[in-house]
Amino acid sequence: MSDPFRFHTRLNLVELLGRKATTVLELLDGVREVPGASIYHHTHRFLQQHHYLSPEPPNDFAFWITERLGLDDVGERLASVDTVRYRRINDLRARYVEILEEVLAARRNSWPVCQEGEEFHFMSCRTFIIPLPDIARDVREFLDILGRISVNSLYYHVFESRLRMERGENDFAVWFEARGNRELAEALSRFDPYTITLEGLRQEIIGLVRRHVQD
Amino acid sequence: MSRIDDYVPVAGASEVEELKLLAARLEGKTIRNVNSTAVGGGVAEILTRMLPLLKDLGVDARWDVIKGNEQFFAITKNMHNALHGMDVPVTGDDLDFFVDVNRQNAAEMDLASDILFIHDPQPIALVERKRDLGRKWVWRCHIDFTNPRPEVWDFLKGYIERYDAAVFSAPAFSRPLSVRQVLISPSIDPLSDKNRELSEEEIDRVCAKHGVDRGRPIVTQISRFDYLKDPVGVIRAYRIVKEHTDCQLVLAGGGATDDPEGLRVLDDVRREAEGDPDIFVLFLPPGSDVEINALQRASSVVLQKSLKEGFGLTVAEALWKAKPVIASAVGGIPLQIAHKYSGILTRSVEGTAFWIKQLLQEPGYAQRLGVNGKEHIWANYLITRHIRDYLLLFLSLYFEKDVIQL
Repeated sequence: MSDPFRFHTRLNLVELLGRKATTVLELLDGVREVPGASIYHHTHRFLQQHHYLSPEPPNDFAFWITERLGLDDVGERLASVDTVRYRRINDLRARYVEILEEVLAARRNSWPVCQEGEEFHFMSCRTFIIPLPDIARDVREFLDILGRISVNSLYYHVFESRLRMERGENDFAVWFEARGNRELAEALSRFDPYTITLEGLRQEIIGLVRRHVQD
Repeated sequence: MSRIDDYVPVAGASEVEELKLLAARLEGKTIRNVNSTAVGGGVAEILTRMLPLLKDLGVDARWDVIKGNEQFFAITKNMHNALHGMDVPVTGDDLDFFVDVNRQNAAEMDLASDILFIHDPQPIALVERKRDLGRKWVWRCHIDFTNPRPEVWDFLKGYIERYDAAVFSAPAFSRPLSVRQVLISPSIDPLSDKNRELSEEEIDRVCAKHGVDRGRPIVTQISRFDYLKDPVGVIRAYRIVKEHTDCQLVLAGGGATDDPEGLRVLDDVRREAEGDPDIFVLFLPPGSDVEINALQRASSVVLQKSLKEGFGLTVAEALWKAKPVIASAVGGIPLQIAHKYSGILTRSVEGTAFWIKQLLQEPGYAQRLGVNGKEHIWANYLITRHIRDYLLLFLSLYFEKDVIQL
């Protein structure tokens, strides 16, 4: 029998790095050099702050390049980075660096500079993880708690634990795997949580668990 | 006075529960806020709203005010303007006097606390006491820091870097510093008169009082009469729209009656609006919060066409009422509006007119923007988020790592 599932929540404090970019080249320099927490923040901020929107706005890099520099083609490449494929933040960073290097190499001159006041400001975040009193000993309790926990808690177990904590899998998949629900664990692991609102994600997970447990 | 549990129906039970979990981790810590005025001004307003809620959460939060004479406040007013980039004189003698007043206060005040939370430049030099008192010191900057005059910035920087952390309201105010910088945006209080739900009768009454017709589209800008809010630009945008689309324009706001510039702006606006019965220029007295709330709720589209802006909380207020908002991409406004997702960002009179027409003629899209905007404010700019950020900030002073297991 596996251990009970202890729900946690996570809360972020946003930090400013005092560093900004006005061109693609300055953005590339920043992406290379800022801490991993900053890359995580800029690729996940919209998920948290706009978690009700579908389709969601893309990551900060793509949004800035499209909206502030008017480079729709570069923005599209950055927006389509498939975050769910990456299990380590530095691998994700490397993908952004690769794309930006490629576009810079392809066109050496006449890069736009953003207007004053529209610079890209590098930020980062400190993440606080707090255990909640909610503990699930079985699937029924799991579903009951999952239905009412905050989006912060849902976010932690699905996104933060997998990539930020570099556990490779989301916590729900790990728990069901340990309980012997291998198919459900695989379904939870395969699922792309980046293209759905957090409330949609909650309902999707509840639906998946119900279907597999009934099976 | 509101209690923290009063926010459960608005912010959600889990949000309030998380505040309680965080507050419990601060048990035994005292937090002393220090600013320069007990009444009037945004900082006093925020502290007045927030302190009772922090106390209700069990946090030992206190609030002290420094003393200063007329000369001191004249100097700090000049410093404030210099931080906004204005060319005003701040002499070496002024700065010496400023530091002397801070030292007198530091000698007289009881600063025994675990965390000293110092607001804005006026009491910034109290941090000299860090040498003998130790403890955690945080400087909270509430003002626009985009283009500070270098001599005043250099003077303040010498003090800011003695703190454990500095807090700014928008990313644009951040600059290279040797201390941690934290982003904490301001917030709106959903239970205040300016933001609480109103009945249709209350809204009708306010519109009728000013002769605004609720049966026709209403475009509104709420802000004090100030050139930086570009009220004349708003009227010009309205005139472009009016050529083909029927609507009314409401320009409403207050301003100090002893502010000569404000009165000049009001005159300009009235002159520009002359002869058009569909333009309503409303100079509202202090305490008109319910009236502002009603005018925002009656609007079809809300504008904030500022040329320069601190955070621009009027945008959050309008979005909270699920209104489609068209605003300039300045100051903290881009934090509140993701262009074409939760509102519209513009940069010109013509662009503003274009989007007013679009939103008046596409009410379905306008409504979607408003609904998304409200969600965005709910998730990010309510007072409960502001309290959460403060609690996290206080806790963060005791940890070094990026990921903190509490």
